[in-house]
Amino acid sequence: MDTMYRQTTESEQGPAQPAAAVTEMTAPAARAGKVRVKDLDFFYGRFQALHGISLEIPANRVTAFIGPSGCGKSTLLRTFNRIYELYPDQAARGEVWLDGENILERRYNLNRLRAKIGMVFQKPTPFPMSIYDNIAFGVSLYEKLPRRRMDEWVEWALDKAGLWGEVKDKLRQEGTQLSGGQQQRLCIARAVAVKPEVLLLDEPASALDPISTAMIEELIDELKADYTIAIVTHNMQQAARVSDYTAFLYLGKLIEFDTSENIFTKPRETATEEYITGRYG
Amino acid sequence: MTLYQRRRLINLFSLGLSLAATALALSFLLWILWTLVSNGLPYLELITFTENTPPPGGQGGLANAIVGSLILTAGGILIGAPIGVLAGTYLSEFGRNSKLAALVRFVNDVLLSAPSIVIGVFVYEILVRRVGHFSAYAGAVALALIVIPIVVRTSEDMLRLVSDTMREAAAALGAPQWKIITHIVYRAARPGILTGILLAVARISGETAPLLFTALNNQFWSTRLGQPIANLPVVIFQFAMSPYDDWQHLAWAGALIITFSILILNIVARSFLRTRMSRY
Repeated sequence: MDTMYRQTTESEQGPAQPAAAVTEMTAPAARAGKVRVKDLDFFYGRFQALHGISLEIPANRVTAFIGPSGCGKSTLLRTFNRIYELYPDQAARGEVWLDGENILERRYNLNRLRAKIGMVFQKPTPFPMSIYDNIAFGVSLYEKLPRRRMDEWVEWALDKAGLWGEVKDKLRQEGTQLSGGQQQRLCIARAVAVKPEVLLLDEPASALDPISTAMIEELIDELKADYTIAIVTHNMQQAARVSDYTAFLYLGKLIEFDTSENIFTKPRETATEEYITGRYG
Repeated sequence: MTLYQRRRLINLFSLGLSLAATALALSFLLWILWTLVSNGLPYLELITFTENTPPPGGQGGLANAIVGSLILTAGGILIGAPIGVLAGTYLSEFGRNSKLAALVRFVNDVLLSAPSIVIGVFVYEILVRRVGHFSAYAGAVALALIVIPIVVRTSEDMLRLVSDTMREAAAALGAPQWKIITHIVYRAARPGILTGILLAVARISGETAPLLFTALNNQFWSTRLGQPIANLPVVIFQFAMSPYDDWQHLAWAGALIITFSILILNIVARSFLRTRMSRY
């Protein structure tokens, strides 16, 4: 199925042609890239959603992906943990390197990949179980822990997500009974509990109220000491507030990638400038 | 008459028409319930539950038929529900949009609307005629064939209600698919799947035609699965058709018991679904 798509699209497309300017600006920092993307194309069936994306996501920094709806920013994020493979008609072509290995290669172990790269989604998705078990579920996929150790682990993860104080007396309650903002922090705790190296946040605050959003943003700032964070957001103020680097995507192409300061104060591309000043999107 | 007045008139007319239709439909339901209560309640006594079906003219109850019905229903569910849930799981989690899944869905819909007497005759042919006698086994298998399509349909629907983001969230943690299904998806869909099974229970506990050809009936107390077994629907059928007054009275009592059991089961199933399913 996959190979069929690849062949047909290849013959229609010709070789992928990333814009020359894009390849030059892929490494804005001297920092080593934790995730290095090279010539990445992505397909939903016959529709090509990403065109020759190349960039490096610096370690222990927050990288934001911005752009109008449908520009491919979520799609890009979803290739980093190959979550798109749940859907048989979706396929990625190109390279995504993590610690010197191409994770898009078939033989790269999916469980290992997802242990290293955690993800938090737009809609809070607590599992239909207790707060405690929401955390323990992910941990027990990788470690068989005695009760005491698991208790400590759960506390550590909830504390990391700034939720421990609010839920420590109701760990046995259903996760779905928490408020929206708490649910989202539970999801962050759940992702953190597996001790990943990279955290993917797909519009983590877009369904939340301003106070919960502020809490999530503070949390992101604290988490970047230990994790490499990639965040998709359609909120430009948020991108400017939380991120060190910002990538602007438009129609499936990477238009500009630079430090957030540069992107938001002196963008090089007119498309970027028009987008961040609100002329479209 | 202005346009507005005309619209109001038409509106009133159609409102009245639909109200009348609703009242008509409901009145038949109430009529049925009233007939059952008025004819059955006077003969519903303690011995109805403690004594076996009597010979004509004798004193007795429906104990063997009630227990037989419980055994047959439990058997049908035990065979049918696991198959139904697993098939529903295939359709929702693995097959999705495949051609095989579409075919299975179509066949399942055909089975769902198959006349129950056909199922009775089918099981008679494969499990009664070949073995040489009627049995509770055959009855349970016939009921299971009615359970399967109902549970397949409701399980698939309920599993599909679980949002894909839930599956993605579990997959993103590195959970393998079987674990996502058993630990996350089943948990989220559990109230719905159980409701489907309860509705199947309600459906088969009144089925008569498949049991006439398979479990038949038994005048005596029997819990042996290899033998014919008494059951409420067939007893009602037999006693109601008989010329004996006391048998007819017991038939009314049995009909009352079945109807109210099913009514209660339906109410429980629906309230269960409403309170538990709305959360996910």
